[in-house]
Amino acid sequence: MTRIAEFAVEYIQFLDPAGKPTQDIPPHLAEAEAITPMYRLMALTRTFDAKAIALQRTGQLGTYASSLGQEAIGAAVGLAMRQDDVLVPSYREQAAQFARGVTLEELFLYWSGDERGSRYSGPQFDFPISIPIATQSCHAVGAAAAIKLRGEPRVVVEGCGDGATSKGDFYESLNLAGVWHLPVVFVVSNNQWAISVPRSRQSGAKTLAQKAFAGGFEGVQVDGNDPVAVRFAMDNALERARSGGGPTLVEAVTYRLQDHTTADDASRYRDAEEVETAKQSDPMIRTRRYLESLQAWGDEDEAALKEECGRRVQEAVEAYLATPPEPPEAMFDSLYAELPGALTGQRAEAIKENSDG
Amino acid sequence: MSKKTYRQAINEALAQEMRRDPTVIFMGEDNVGGMGAPGEDDAWGGVLGVTKGLMPEFGRERCLDTPISESAFIGAAVGAAATGLRPVAELMFVDFMGVCFDQIFNQAAKFRYMFGGKAVTPVVIRTMYGAGFRAASQHSQCLYPLFTHIPGLKVVMPSSPYEAKGLLTQAIRDDDPVIFFEHKVLYDDEEEVPDDPYTLPFGEANLTREGDDVAIVTLGRMVKLSNEVADKLEGDGISCTVVDLRTTSPLDEDTIIECAEETGRVVVVDEANPRCSMATDISALITQNAFGALKSPIKMVTAPHTPPPFAPELEDIYIPTPAKIEAAVREVVAYSREVVA
Repeated sequence: MTRIAEFAVEYIQFLDPAGKPTQDIPPHLAEAEAITPMYRLMALTRTFDAKAIALQRTGQLGTYASSLGQEAIGAAVGLAMRQDDVLVPSYREQAAQFARGVTLEELFLYWSGDERGSRYSGPQFDFPISIPIATQSCHAVGAAAAIKLRGEPRVVVEGCGDGATSKGDFYESLNLAGVWHLPVVFVVSNNQWAISVPRSRQSGAKTLAQKAFAGGFEGVQVDGNDPVAVRFAMDNALERARSGGGPTLVEAVTYRLQDHTTADDASRYRDAEEVETAKQSDPMIRTRRYLESLQAWGDEDEAALKEECGRRVQEAVEAYLATPPEPPEAMFDSLYAELPGALTGQRAEAIKENSDG
Repeated sequence: MSKKTYRQAINEALAQEMRRDPTVIFMGEDNVGGMGAPGEDDAWGGVLGVTKGLMPEFGRERCLDTPISESAFIGAAVGAAATGLRPVAELMFVDFMGVCFDQIFNQAAKFRYMFGGKAVTPVVIRTMYGAGFRAASQHSQCLYPLFTHIPGLKVVMPSSPYEAKGLLTQAIRDDDPVIFFEHKVLYDDEEEVPDDPYTLPFGEANLTREGDDVAIVTLGRMVKLSNEVADKLEGDGISCTVVDLRTTSPLDEDTIIECAEETGRVVVVDEANPRCSMATDISALITQNAFGALKSPIKMVTAPHTPPPFAPELEDIYIPTPAKIEAAVREVVAYSREVVA
């Protein structure tokens, strides 16, 4: 017998849950200048998250998917990307979207069901949130094909969860990205739960990262609660894609501390003890501890950050709540580039039937 | 102007748009063929040869053979469209659309809408449809009503080489997702087609015959059969209007209603299965808007509500024929005379 191929999955971690380095951190990532922006973004996202749930509970927002406990991934991914790269996000990538310039107000609008929330004022080429599972991986591959055809030094980053990696769309996308050697990075936020189905029941594969090998490219697993590890893996993957080295899959291992969405109650299917244990690995704790160990963060900084996040979120809430609802004709206005004649009558009827007069 | 087949007309529209606009690419299974086999490049050109000859001019970067992954490449076409390209994806047979319905119904059709008008998806999905090719139930269906049902899509049904070139050119230039239906029995049909690029408008039906007695409302391959019937009956003193819908979405409701009002007798000819079809939809439209003008009940000539049979003798019975169309026209005319008498 001859061994004709071998594959190995690397695991990357730089900070343990207590914020202590587990190995030497590359100098450019070890400094406070690299870590503080991620920490600030994580704090902003967590403040947004808590407010979104409060708004939903009081009937002022639609169903909302929390990213509590997963903020390190989005912060590191979003800040690692260049502005003209393309983010193709799932629904738990708030931190990455904020890093890319999507505003708090836009995401409040989005989660209230207002399509105007997806009309980002910031990133012009990012895709809006994909609620269907894994469908966006195909779009990411197409966007990457467009970029490659034009010879642009840009990279597409697709985000999805552990459940998405079971779907045909995901496997097909990995295959196509590999065979076309496309500039795309697949970031799998493995938060251990696909609604009520645990990771152990999702796939028989030891890691989700190894699914990349079938596509013909590298997969790596990182501690998703360690922003340094995620940033390190993303820097490598983005550089590889940008320089013509093809795709990478980054599996970021994390934990969903909240319910799947506000329409879910995870206590019915999930052991409270497991959640308590997971809280010990909270990405914000270790990031703060590490910054403190660098003498780069203190109680005053924390208090100022809390105040700033609270103020920014509050301002966004006020702007969101003050946004007038869309008029009835908006139901037709984004349907086609130009509304076909047969629908103009329906549009006029909608205005007439729903006018105040 | 020169004689061109339906196949050549489609190929020419693609080539001319690819020359005109560097963002136009095409992709699909076996669209080029021979990849990596010395001397065999461009050996295939799609299963019925529609895209043959394009790769040597436009290169592998713009003429893409995909893995057998309908979700991935239809989704990728949507993603590429949202990122500035105008992809023309070929999904070999419309019967295979089921494997990527999500990408078409929930993604392509809803990108612009759900993203507040920000995302634009100028993608064309070309596909073959129709019976008469001895290709059995899973390669012969007329599934255009499914796509017509979905707001956000445009559905195009070219009935001849001239129509195919003009409508495909329009489809590629259009900023909305378009499903372009090519009837596999029409590929070798030939007629005069302009050499220069031209577009035919969506949502504007074409009257291929004009008459006073009966309006035959039809689409796709059935236009050809309906024209034959109209020409034959003209000699018998029955004059027919033939309405070629061209697109089922958008649908030219005004022309359908006008022709129904002018003639008072309508036969709808549709190769698709009859439930929830264009035939039923058009009948309802006319009943709602031109009831007072009708001199007879609307007749529908369609396939029966069965899959297209594989057995040749059954398939021939399955497809609407000129004889069935003629019988329907004579019936609505006779009905009218009885009422008058």
